Amino acid sequence: MTLAKGRVFSFWLLVVIIGCLLYSMWRAKKGRPISIRKIAGLDAIEEAIGRSTEMGRPVHYCPGIGGIGAVEAPQTFAGLAIMSHVARLTAKFDVPIIVTVRQPEVFPMAEETVRQAYLEEGKGDAYEPTNIRFLSSQQFAYAAALFGIMAREKPAANFMMGAFWAEALMLAEVGSEVGALQITGTAQLSQVPFFVASSDYTLIGEELFAAAAYLSRDQMQLGSILGQDLAKAIVALLIIIGVLTTSAGSDYLSKLMRK
Amino acid sequence: MKRELPIAVAFVVGVLMIVSFFFTSKPLSNAAEIVQDWGVIVSAFALGLASVNLIQIHAKKIARGKGLDWLYSGSLIVSMIGMALLGIIKGPTHKTYQFWFDALFVPGQATVYAMTGFFIASAAYRAFRVRNVDAAILLVSAAILMLANVPIGERLWSQLPAVGDWLMDVPNLAGQRGMLIGAGIGGIASGLRVLLGIERSYLGGSSS
Repeated sequence: MTLAKGRVFSFWLLVVIIGCLLYSMWRAKKGRPISIRKIAGLDAIEEAIGRSTEMGRPVHYCPGIGGIGAVEAPQTFAGLAIMSHVARLTAKFDVPIIVTVRQPEVFPMAEETVRQAYLEEGKGDAYEPTNIRFLSSQQFAYAAALFGIMAREKPAANFMMGAFWAEALMLAEVGSEVGALQITGTAQLSQVPFFVASSDYTLIGEELFAAAAYLSRDQMQLGSILGQDLAKAIVALLIIIGVLTTSAGSDYLSKLMRK
Repeated sequence: MKRELPIAVAFVVGVLMIVSFFFTSKPLSNAAEIVQDWGVIVSAFALGLASVNLIQIHAKKIARGKGLDWLYSGSLIVSMIGMALLGIIKGPTHKTYQFWFDALFVPGQATVYAMTGFFIASAAYRAFRVRNVDAAILLVSAAILMLANVPIGERLWSQLPAVGDWLMDVPNLAGQRGMLIGAGIGGIASGLRVLLGIERSYLGGSSS
């Protein structure tokens, strides 16, 4: 068993990054208190649900349109983690939550996440299974169905957290037209500008992944955020070394990275 | 056990897929292929569950008979079951299946996608209102870029396309790469939390 050609450097970089994350989580578990900066979009979740309560209108949540078997899977898991928190709050404040799903394999996870959130809040009877809706596995059929739901049910808060593609702008614009307070988040860089333009708050890239740790306040999870910063420092150091060595005429680092 | 077993399965499968990506080994790649096939089977079952949910919701709407909802919901159920049966009996390459797909579904999807242009206009209007320094920078850069990409821009000032290219290749690319590195490491951290069972809200309930 040997390392595949062209993946040697990325393997060892992954090992280093995982090492940083595990070390930081271990330090956090040992009791070192960790605090992370405020993320406005996550702090506004309660405000958005409070607004829905006051207006007597539902909350809409979409955990992205990506699946769990490809590169966008971490975004879907991040979307589900935030959804768990949102569903607990909607259960607490007695606001209906409508969850729309595109990927069939995400549907049972979304259903179970919301159901458990209601049970943990002691509101099992208020859980409405038909509010967790699979719309279509086709991108624009999903978007068209969601336009209709938005127009008919007029949610006062619209959460879209996860992987989105060309439908991102359309969905956020429709949410804006029905007057919803919108909190969105994605790590799809091409869609970030659209969300920023159409939403009240946007979680950009790594903020989406940090959300679960931020909301849970669990020390181990917060430790992983610290590990991310450590890993970023190593990558920044690599970039500086790369700039200096390339400027000096050496291609050693670029050759090493291609190994 | 209800929680430990799925976490153990996620850990074993996740590690297998990572190792098979980095290492060349026939048994490993075979095992990864088998796991991917299992994934397809699980997805097929999930599609069945999701279809039941869709039918439940729309059957309720038909039963309520409010406005034209029953007609829309009825059309959805009939076309969904009709296409599924056609696909199962005749196969998705059969000309009847292809006809309905190409003549009805594809134009429908294209129509929704084509609406993006209108949504871009309304979003741009909101984004370009000069409310603060950031919005002003966005407006100026967007105006330069738009002019740099049309023939009149070059006629106005021959260096405008070069300025547009610089905006895209230097400040824009630098910002994008920063976000990409952060998102990439964030994705690894998120994946590690899921594999180790530290982040398990996807199983239902609290996240840790």
